[in-house]
Amino acid sequence: MSDIAIKFENISKQYRLGKIGTGTLSHDLKRWWTVSVRHQEDPYLKIGAVNDRSMKADSEYVWALRDINLEVKQGEVLGIIGKNGAGKSTLLKLLSRVTTPTEGRILAKGRIASLLEVGTGFHPEMTGRENIYMNGSIMGMTKAEITRKFDEIVDFAGVAKYIDTPVKRYSSGMTVRLGFAIAAHLEPEILVVDEVLAVGDAEFQKKAVGKMQDVSKTHGRTVLFVSHNMSAVGDLCENAIIMHNGVVNRMGNAREMISAYLQSTRDIPVSRTWHQIESAPGSADIKIRKIRSTNRDEDIIQYSFTTSDIGIEIEYEVLHDIPFFTHGINLYNSSGIHIFSSHDTNNYHKDRTIQRGIYLTKVWIPANLLQEGDYLLSFAAMRYNPFTVLFHEKDLLRLQVLDTMNQSARPEDYKLEFPGIIRPKLIWEELVSLSF
Amino acid sequence: MNLPEDWTLISEPKGKLVSLNLKELWRYKDLLEMYIKRDIVTFYKQTILGPLWFFIQPIFTTIVFMFVFGGLAGIPTDGIPQALFYLSGITLWNYFSDTLTKTSDTFLQNQAIFGKVYFPRLIAPLSITMTGLIKMFIQFSLFAIVYIWFVMKGVDVKPNIYALLFPVLLLILANLSLGFGIIISSMTTKYRDLKFLITFAVQLWMYATPVIYPLSVMQGNYEKYMWLIQANPVTAVMETFKFGFLGQGTFTWLSLGYSFLFSFIVLFLGIIVFNKVERSFMDVI
Repeated sequence: MSDIAIKFENISKQYRLGKIGTGTLSHDLKRWWTVSVRHQEDPYLKIGAVNDRSMKADSEYVWALRDINLEVKQGEVLGIIGKNGAGKSTLLKLLSRVTTPTEGRILAKGRIASLLEVGTGFHPEMTGRENIYMNGSIMGMTKAEITRKFDEIVDFAGVAKYIDTPVKRYSSGMTVRLGFAIAAHLEPEILVVDEVLAVGDAEFQKKAVGKMQDVSKTHGRTVLFVSHNMSAVGDLCENAIIMHNGVVNRMGNAREMISAYLQSTRDIPVSRTWHQIESAPGSADIKIRKIRSTNRDEDIIQYSFTTSDIGIEIEYEVLHDIPFFTHGINLYNSSGIHIFSSHDTNNYHKDRTIQRGIYLTKVWIPANLLQEGDYLLSFAAMRYNPFTVLFHEKDLLRLQVLDTMNQSARPEDYKLEFPGIIRPKLIWEELVSLSF
Repeated sequence: MNLPEDWTLISEPKGKLVSLNLKELWRYKDLLEMYIKRDIVTFYKQTILGPLWFFIQPIFTTIVFMFVFGGLAGIPTDGIPQALFYLSGITLWNYFSDTLTKTSDTFLQNQAIFGKVYFPRLIAPLSITMTGLIKMFIQFSLFAIVYIWFVMKGVDVKPNIYALLFPVLLLILANLSLGFGIIISSMTTKYRDLKFLITFAVQLWMYATPVIYPLSVMQGNYEKYMWLIQANPVTAVMETFKFGFLGQGTFTWLSLGYSFLFSFIVLFLGIIVFNKVERSFMDVI
């Protein structure tokens, strides 16, 4: 007997894009004609494009997963990381049998419990107690098993006081805790977890990670864990895979994979130009042509310093006249925290219709504001009367801010990392001596 | 499919044509029970009249039928007291039509949960059929009360040996409603039109079934449409019930046998279609 618990063999999954439900009858008939009657290959299977959401697909069909071959060992905690739309959740859905693969097969040993969304199947009118039984049975537990585990579940979820209250009166945190508690006590051989840690308070998150560690280490269960929370993946998993556009890009030690993944999100350049208007970001009325960061000397910069001003230049083309037009930028740090939003308010008091044409705007982020680190910049075009966002294009430009060793921002003997999300230079008044 | 013995096959593109996994279904019997309990209990939660609602609907329908069909239209009831005649029809028909309408909505109703966890999907429509059966028994008790009341009053209605066919009648109705329901449900995942059709079709279906009229009246007035009524598998169920409990009606072993066979064929077809659709319906719904 091998120690492999889950095996994905050449798994591919195709989805149909666009308006589902229209024209399906004709597709179905054509498919039935070629496959069943003429014994040829499915005509729609060939034309699938890779799952790249940044491009508009040429075909109606898209491969959400392509040729996944993966073996997960018994007792392994495998992290699955990747951008939204990389196919992580599809992979878990296939494993938890919510849908079937288009090609390939999946083999596994033992019972699989999935936490694709905790609290699934809770009936709001029923009490916590009734829902524990209901939810447990949905996950495949027998009544006797649930009764045996009942106190433990209630205890773990911390809902003993409200156990006979309808779930609709529960807070969202309580619902999540209860859902997680049920699944975690199911004692499945394989536990599939998708982003539960996005909800619940810090204390519960710690408890949940602890429980998952316990499940894998002491009971030798296999856990598949999808999360955008890199520190949780790092804490919990020995190994991880990086998914990108429906394929497994890399696999290996979890910490290495996390740093490789974080590195890959830094691929966004410091200066960008779009030559073709069709592929340029923007909306039907307005397209971005160029975006770049500069210093005070108008040089394009690869990085800046905490003590320097950063200029952002955006060139865009307006294809139709737009009344009450304005634009703005947003800045996010590498943890995804929104640092600030700034709109061009120069024309707020009057209606300035922007005419068709090409425009250049420049905005300055002052020195002594940003903390050391990597930032992602977004650009938005708006109308301010009434306020509507014409488009908001994220992750357009990367800014890298380095610490400087001069004294304007911090004392020379300060060796540690400077804490805080921003690092403004504040005005400190002269020290006044009040007594002696 | 040859697998090393310790592997469980989770998923592959095409399943067997009929893969009714009874063993798996049995393993989830507790879930079935939970579902039934949930449906019964939540049916009257936060209502004032509570379980009384199970009776209100058949009582009022019977009264309205007595006025409209018995009084205004003057459709005879084979000498059976109108209340008994309509109530017996309504009790059985309600079971059939409720179950059919609800099971035909299985995939759409349960898409949230089906999209998150796996369990044998058949549990959902099966639970509806069972819940319906429980409701049917509750409503049957109403019929029994009215029945006894009429007997005490000295009205000439006697049950005969054919009343013992009642469980068979229920089985036929369960098969038919479940079978048709899951076929429609499987098709509505892609073609939503059927959803609108079903409520309408069930309504019309009632008029093609001897619910508000006895088969003998149909025979007398619309001889040339009799084939339609007789092809309807619910007809024999209604007539057998009335024959067994009320002593009036047209009963033949042939028509009952036809209904019986028909119901199993529908159920079998339903399971095939359902199995095919349940594998990937999340992608099209």
